[in-house]
Parts: sequence; C-alpha cells; structure tokens
Amino acid sequence: MSTTRSRIAIGQTTRMAVVVMAMSMLLAACSGSTASPASSVAASCVKEKLAVKTAGKLTLSTDNPAYSPWFQGGNEGATVWTGDFNNDPSKGQGYEGAVAYAVAKKLGFAANEVVWIQSAFDQSFAPGVKDFDLFLNQVSIKPARAEAIDFSTGYYDVAQGVVTIEGSPIAGATSIADLKTARLGAQIGTTSLDAINNIIKPDTAPAVFNTNDEAVAALSGGIIDGIVTDVPTAFYMRDAQLTGGIIVGQLPSASGAQEQFGIVMEKGSALTACVSSAVEALKADGTLASLLKLWIADKASAPALK
Amino acid sequence: MTAARSARRGTLVAVISTLFVATVLAVSIGSSPSWPLVQKAFFDGTYFSTSLPAVIGAFAINIQLFVLAEILILPLGLLIALARSITSPAFAPLRIFATIYTDFFRGVPSILVIYVLGFGVPALRLPGVPKEPFFWALVTLVLIYSAYVSEVYRAGIESIHPSQERAARALGLTRFQALRFVVLPQALRRVVPPLLNDFIGLQKDTALVSILGVVEAFKQAQILKSANFNFTPLMTTALIFLVITIPMTRLVDRLAAKDRAAQQGGAR
Repeated sequence: MSTTRSRIAIGQTTRMAVVVMAMSMLLAACSGSTASPASSVAASCVKEKLAVKTAGKLTLSTDNPAYSPWFQGGNEGATVWTGDFNNDPSKGQGYEGAVAYAVAKKLGFAANEVVWIQSAFDQSFAPGVKDFDLFLNQVSIKPARAEAIDFSTGYYDVAQGVVTIEGSPIAGATSIADLKTARLGAQIGTTSLDAINNIIKPDTAPAVFNTNDEAVAALSGGIIDGIVTDVPTAFYMRDAQLTGGIIVGQLPSASGAQEQFGIVMEKGSALTACVSSAVEALKADGTLASLLKLWIADKASAPALK
Repeated sequence: MTAARSARRGTLVAVISTLFVATVLAVSIGSSPSWPLVQKAFFDGTYFSTSLPAVIGAFAINIQLFVLAEILILPLGLLIALARSITSPAFAPLRIFATIYTDFFRGVPSILVIYVLGFGVPALRLPGVPKEPFFWALVTLVLIYSAYVSEVYRAGIESIHPSQERAARALGLTRFQALRFVVLPQALRRVVPPLLNDFIGLQKDTALVSILGVVEAFKQAQILKSANFNFTPLMTTALIFLVITIPMTRLVDRLAAKDRAAQQGGAR
C-alpha cells in the first residue's frame, strides 16, 4: 500500500477513466462473440428470451448517490446523479458500473440498451414487483436475505476495514485488541456492523448510521472513533471524504466463509440463473479480475488486523 | 324502558357495522394476490418473536429520552408562554425572542434540527461541548417540543377570561399574584389533555435519535430489517410504541371528557 499517494488528482482520474473505459470495452468485446464455452452463457440467456421489465432494455438500478470506487465519474452537469461525491452509473465506470455493463453485454444488451434508475436500499427488498431488473449496490449475500430477493453469484469478495482520523484514540491501533475500547460506527444494513459485533466486540455498543455519509460526519465530529466499512469504501473515505483520514487495517472474516456482493433481483426472477451464469462467465474469462485491478487496484486490501 | 331499548339497539348496530367493515377490509386485503408476499415481509411470526427482545431492550433509550425531555419541556414551555404573554413594553425584546423561537422550532422539521445539532455542533470541536448523540437528541426534542408546549400553555392562559385577572387585581393582588394564584391554576387544568397529546408526540419522535447513530427501538428494528431483508421488526417496534401510547391516548380522552363534564356542571 502506497502511503505517499493519499489523493488522486481530478485530471488524473479522468485520464485514467478514459483508458479504463477503452480497456473494459475491449475486454467486453473480446469475451462477447468469440467466447470459450466456460465464458459464455446458455443459449436461453439472450436478450430476446429474457423476461426484462422493458422489452429490449435492461433496467439497472443502484442507490443515489452512487459512490466511488463502485461507480465513477460523469456527474458534471448531471441532474439526477448530482453532487461532488456522486457518480453517473450510466458511464459504466467504477467497479460495479463496469461489472453491470459487462453482465449486460454477456446477456446481449448493448450499452445503449441499458437504462439506469435509482432505488433506495430498502426498495430493493420491499415485497412486490420491482422497477428494476438488476440492482447493484454493494449488497452482501446472506441466506436470510435470499428469502426476500434473489441474489446472483457473488461478483466481489468483500473484506471489512477500519478507517479513522488523525488524533483519534485508534489512530495508532495495530490489532483487534486495540479497538476494544473504541467507539465504532457502521452503516445500517451492512455486514460491517456484524464485523464490529462478532470480531471486534467493543466495550461500547456501535453507533449505527443510515448512510456512510452520516458515519463520516460522526467521525469528523469526534462522535465516534472509527468506521468499519468494506475496504475500498474505507480507502475512498480516507482519500475523498475525511480530512486526515487513516486506514487502520483490515478485519479477518467472521465465520470463515468469504463474504460476497451479489446482484439483487426480484424473488423468483426469471433472470437469476442467466445473470448468475453471466457473472460466472465474467469470472472464468478473467473480466472480473481485470475490472477489479482497474477500479479498485491496490485498494482492495489493507494491513491485516489480528 | 324505551331509552334502554334504544341503547341496546345502538350497541347492536355498532357491533354489526364494525364487523361488516372489518370483514370487508380483511377480505379485500387478503384476496390480493400478493398478500402472502406482504404478509411474509411485514408480519412474519418468527421474525416478530426474534426481534421482540432486542427491540424492547433498545426501547429503554426511548423511555429515558422522553422522560428526561418531558421533565425539561414542561417548565421551559411555561416560561416561553409567560414571556409571550407579558404585555409590558419594557419586555418587548423578550416577547419578540419568544415569538421567533416558537415560530422557528414549530416550523422546522425536527429531523433537520437533529442533523444540524447532532452532527454540526460536535464538528466544531469546542472544548467542553458534549459530543454524545443522546445529549443532542435530548436538546433537539426539548427545543422543538418546548415551542409546541408553550403554545398550548399560551392558549390555556388566553382562554381564561380577562375579568378573572381584573377581579383579582381589584381584590388587591399584584399582577404576578393574579397570574400565579388565579389565572395559571385554571389555565393549567384546562391544558392537561393537549399537553398529554404533545407528550405522546414526543414519545414517537424519540425515534428520530436513530439518525445520530443511537441504537434505540426504531434503529434496532431497522438493523434487523436490513440484516434479513424483512420488515417485521418495524411492526414489532410499532406494537411497542402502541403499548405505551394507547393507554395515554385513552387517558387524554377520559380527562377531556371529565373536563367537559365539569365545565357543563359549573354552567348549571
């Protein structure tokens, strides 16, 4: 992990994005027509045969704001995905944005046949008919959740990290034991909260915020000593949202089972099998690994806390 | 005889019409093809029983909050009401301040005040200023409900006929004594039901603390909801709030009825 590069210049980000866009298009193109059996989806999983919300279109959804590094760029002059920390998912940039378009491509949808709508996290699992075909919003796969909605195969292996700011009591923490006395916070509905309760087991009950922004505000205000969140988001907080942000480290996984993010679909959706096979194919042909390298790079892991 | 019979008939009609409406509602909701989905998402027995202990445990925070807040709100609201009721020109600044205060805090959504105070003030990092979310939640609720409660007090004070004060002054009481011994005792008795009404509102608004990261009953329910993608824990919380607020609403109704009876009795 490089400590010298704490911030990425805007121009550099844009240039990087252009290069990455080109590369991901190339990757998607390579994996499309001339695919080996392992990296292609079943014949029934083609655009014409898929039961999508709007014929000929794949309706994708995420929460607004859409954060880096999951989504990237394109919010200049935006009216929907607006704000300094927001990103336009339809640019196909950022890890989830790129994965979304790669999945669409596998199912036969061109980039201009992909439509983005915004859905709040809770809307994604409210009972009844959904407005979206696929929802990508860093949702961790859990058996209890799969009672309410369908998950695709995981497209990202998650690790939980701890972020803090200079002057915090845990700024110099190097072990899980050092975090015991900390006042920690996490976003609601995240497995980060489970990580606090099951791995760190702090003396003070964790603060639970509706959004990561509120957790950041609480950390900046000294209301809490640290935030537990997925590692790429922890790096993003350090680099973009916090003044004097510090990555404390990465937590081991609780149960030994690897936590993964999955694509959310309506319960019993006819798309589930096809989307899962598309994710499998992207995994098999190395697309996921490439996208991970492009968008998350060295921010996928942090020094391990033991 | 006839009165008893018509009362019996009235009860019968009430029972039948209630049963009819309940049946129509149950059948129309239950016949919806997606009712089983909604039932599973909102009224799941297992999630109800597993969430109950956690939500009850977290409700202790709500209780602490509304009890502490009410203890502060009742005197503060009265002081603001009195400040607004003073007609003497010398106290004009006080009156203006009290008016602006009530206008502002009754007009701003509570959730915004919680945000600004709970996240904004600690970020100033002023030495000696508390950072605890519970403290700022308490401050917010006291600020907002004092504004409401002061208006209730003021309505009570103004409902006492001016002749009462004049009579008291004629008997030689000072302005303060007239207020203290003649106007306020009558006014306060009158405003008990609306005060309880605001107290119920306050109890429900303790859920707003959840924004600051405090795990009270509503937040606990949200945590369980998001962990399992099932909304039943929210229903559990609703039930707990109802268990506390319904007896209070009944009490308000009874007090109001008693008050009405007493006034009509007095007008005999």
